[in-house]
Amino acid sequence: MAEPLIAVVLVLVAGTATAAVLTRDPVRQALVLSVLGVDLAVLFTVLQAPDVALSQLAVGSALTPLLIMLTVRTVGRKSGRKSGRK
Amino acid sequence: MNRRARAGVLAVGGVGVAFLLVAACLNLPAFGGSRHPYGARAVTVSLDRHTANTVAFLNFDPRAYDTLGEVAIMFTAVLGCVVLLRQARGEHREPPATAEVAPPVRRYALLVLPVALLTGGYVVAHGQLSPGGGFQGGVVAATALHLLYLGADYRALERIRPLAAYEAADALAVFAYLAVGLAALFGGAAFLTNSLLPYGEFNTLASGGTVPLLNAAVGVEVTCAVVVLLARFLEQTVEIEG
Repeated sequence: MAEPLIAVVLVLVAGTATAAVLTRDPVRQALVLSVLGVDLAVLFTVLQAPDVALSQLAVGSALTPLLIMLTVRTVGRKSGRKSGRK
Repeated sequence: MNRRARAGVLAVGGVGVAFLLVAACLNLPAFGGSRHPYGARAVTVSLDRHTANTVAFLNFDPRAYDTLGEVAIMFTAVLGCVVLLRQARGEHREPPATAEVAPPVRRYALLVLPVALLTGGYVVAHGQLSPGGGFQGGVVAATALHLLYLGADYRALERIRPLAAYEAADALAVFAYLAVGLAALFGGAAFLTNSLLPYGEFNTLASGGTVPLLNAAVGVEVTCAVVVLLARFLEQTVEIEG
């Protein structure tokens, strides 16, 4: 009986995942990955897997994008400095 | 061999894999439904052990040995990051300037911080009763701490985050997991067997035998590991100049 809802969420996840792949800028991609994390959490919840949904919320929506942003910022600063030194 | 020959070999392999995949998929049970063989068995044994959350039961009772491997993987991964992200030769440390934060952001972060920390602690504490557990709660609590970095600044975060203590707690948590496993040996059972403690009353905090102990150890380990991991990333970003 939940199959229409599952179908809708699956399409949403597929769309967001495609958007994540097509986004080439790491900063924007981090944001899209965060949205993808939320979508996946919804999917797992609808499929009656709340433990995995909670993992996805914690890691996929918060931790991974944060690590990506920090990495991009560090690399940006260091390469900027090196080119400035030249 | 040339590109065409390589493509031919790949195609043969691909066809084989495709055939096996389709054959396997045709043998799958129907989507949905109210009964699943693995689920039925797991729930039965979980209830025998008075553990309300079957997923936590699987992680910390029949698969406790595998979860030990996961804990070791996380510990090793963080150790690797710490080694890679240390201060290198030619780099020096500069204290970051005080950051200006918009008042609404500050209010939001400081309001949500205690709620998020409490949520993380709650999820860890109720690992064997309701969805979630040591891993989920640990990540929630660790990321919650970093709301202080968003709402105040790096110095405020540093003040309440003594890294040495978190590193020690990380290692101690892994050891605690091992200790619970070894304790079963002294009781005459196999390593990590859930036989030391009474299973208690169903759906209470003190139910499930050693499941809540292992869950708590994992909760502490994941919290400290994520804090140490983010600390190294933040350090590289905010403090270390090259």
